[in-house]
Amino acid sequence: MATKPPRVKVPKKASKGELINIKTLVTHNMETGLRKDSKGEKIPRLILNKFQATFNGSEVFSADMHTAVSANPYIAFFHKAEASGTFNFTWTDDNGKTVTASADMAVS
Amino acid sequence: MKKLITAAIALSGAGLLLAACVAGGGSSMSSTGENGISDNPDAWSGYKTATAETQAMNDDDFENPVMPYVDLAAGIYNSRDNAGKISCADCHGAPDDATGGRSGIPMKGVGANYPRFNAETGKPINVELQINKCREERQVEKGFKYEGDEMIGMTALVRMQSRGMPVVSKAADPANELHAAWTAGKEFYYQRRGQLDMACSNCHEDHAGDLIRAETLSQGQSNGFPTYRFKWQKPGTLHRRFAGCNKNIRAEAFGRGSDEYLNLETYLAWRGRGLPVEAPSVRK
Amino acid sequence: MNKNILNMAEMDRRALLKAAGMGALALTGAGIASTANATPEGAAAYLGKITGGASGMANSPKVTINLPEIAENGATVPLTVSVDSPMTAGDHVKHIHIVAEGNPSPEVISFNLTPSNGKAEVATRMRLGKTQNVVAAAVMSDGSVHTNLKSVKVTIGGCGG
Repeated sequence: MATKPPRVKVPKKASKGELINIKTLVTHNMETGLRKDSKGEKIPRLILNKFQATFNGSEVFSADMHTAVSANPYIAFFHKAEASGTFNFTWTDDNGKTVTASADMAVS
Repeated sequence: MKKLITAAIALSGAGLLLAACVAGGGSSMSSTGENGISDNPDAWSGYKTATAETQAMNDDDFENPVMPYVDLAAGIYNSRDNAGKISCADCHGAPDDATGGRSGIPMKGVGANYPRFNAETGKPINVELQINKCREERQVEKGFKYEGDEMIGMTALVRMQSRGMPVVSKAADPANELHAAWTAGKEFYYQRRGQLDMACSNCHEDHAGDLIRAETLSQGQSNGFPTYRFKWQKPGTLHRRFAGCNKNIRAEAFGRGSDEYLNLETYLAWRGRGLPVEAPSVRK
Repeated sequence: MNKNILNMAEMDRRALLKAAGMGALALTGAGIASTANATPEGAAAYLGKITGGASGMANSPKVTINLPEIAENGATVPLTVSVDSPMTAGDHVKHIHIVAEGNPSPEVISFNLTPSNGKAEVATRMRLGKTQNVVAAAVMSDGSVHTNLKSVKVTIGGCGG
């Protein structure tokens, strides 16, 4: 099955000192491990448990997610634009598998 | 709260006579004037009774959780990676190309005008089946799974090009090719079925706008599909919604793309004529 | 006739059974376990653990929680938390922990902030198994903890399967 790429919203341009709101949305069931399938068997837990955002290689924001985060996790946060560079976003699941996205921003 | 649903279901028995008398298009909500066409002023979208938070998620093209599926579909739309070596864009231009590329058939307007009549089968064809018809005939590939991510994304991508356009249906006209399907869909709508012995009309016509426990019953309009339902935790098709409703009244659910549901979809488009296309929507 | 829905005279045993059945249907498949093990005490204990038992201020005006008063469906409840902080190297919010008092387990999400955020405001969507309080705890760079809480009514949203 084709995968749905994560969505990230980062302005392409910002002025120095501007506060920008970064929004991220990734498709994932966030299976809690509490549900049972039609045969009454527990569906094993499988969630994205970590979100990390770096800017030019250093972490600017992260989140530790638990089963109470909704399916298709949405996370938004702010960033104070000081320099041009690249954001990298990484989501990590319980098995250590990652989904990534990146976005460039020019600051003037 | 529990008393509300209890009474509502008890009432559905009393609704039988009434449902049989109503010709259709009636509503328990007064005219809102939002519809804009004169012959169906009482139609309203489920968007209206959604909470502000849900409406905000619906309206924001970033936050709307159907959009990752639309992104997926945008890749498919431009891909020639199929046996026919042809992309959707090769024939229709970009999704928002109003000229419709070399085929002259733009995606804008599709969402407002389907289901249409398929002369080859003599039946209605909806957006999902039309996408697969193209997929099979032009791209020489197996059609997408009806409820699969690709189909939901493609349907959302196509239908959202008509956002804001009023739904058009002339199927009530006996001279219209879709009239037989419309008639069958109307019969389905008023036919009581299942262990709970309820028709679509018992909730969505007789009690639209009323509470069933903590729920506000909608008119069951189709203008927002595919829709992301919090209950589903993913987007789904109109036919999935039909099946869910049918199961809830303990009735037989028909298949996605079945004649029964295509007829019902045809009839519902008429009930919602004039409402703006809102796909893809977000609901509880 | 639309208000006849409130007419209790129509109630009978058969309808009651039907209603019970529909209630059960509404509960299944919602993606949320109906058993809730977390309690206000459990949530407080969890918070104490992850904040190292640091002292702080409850009902802090520095912490603003934005949640709907009534959530249409507990599966997706939009949450925004903002903390009053200059977000400088010397004075910033390090963590915002979100804890639920009535879910199967208390932990929801912990946001880890840095001064480069410029503004201590974060948003996500969370699951709430039932009507309950949601607690937000902001851990400041000086080690103090500011908490606030908000109650959310959760309806079993979404008719139909």
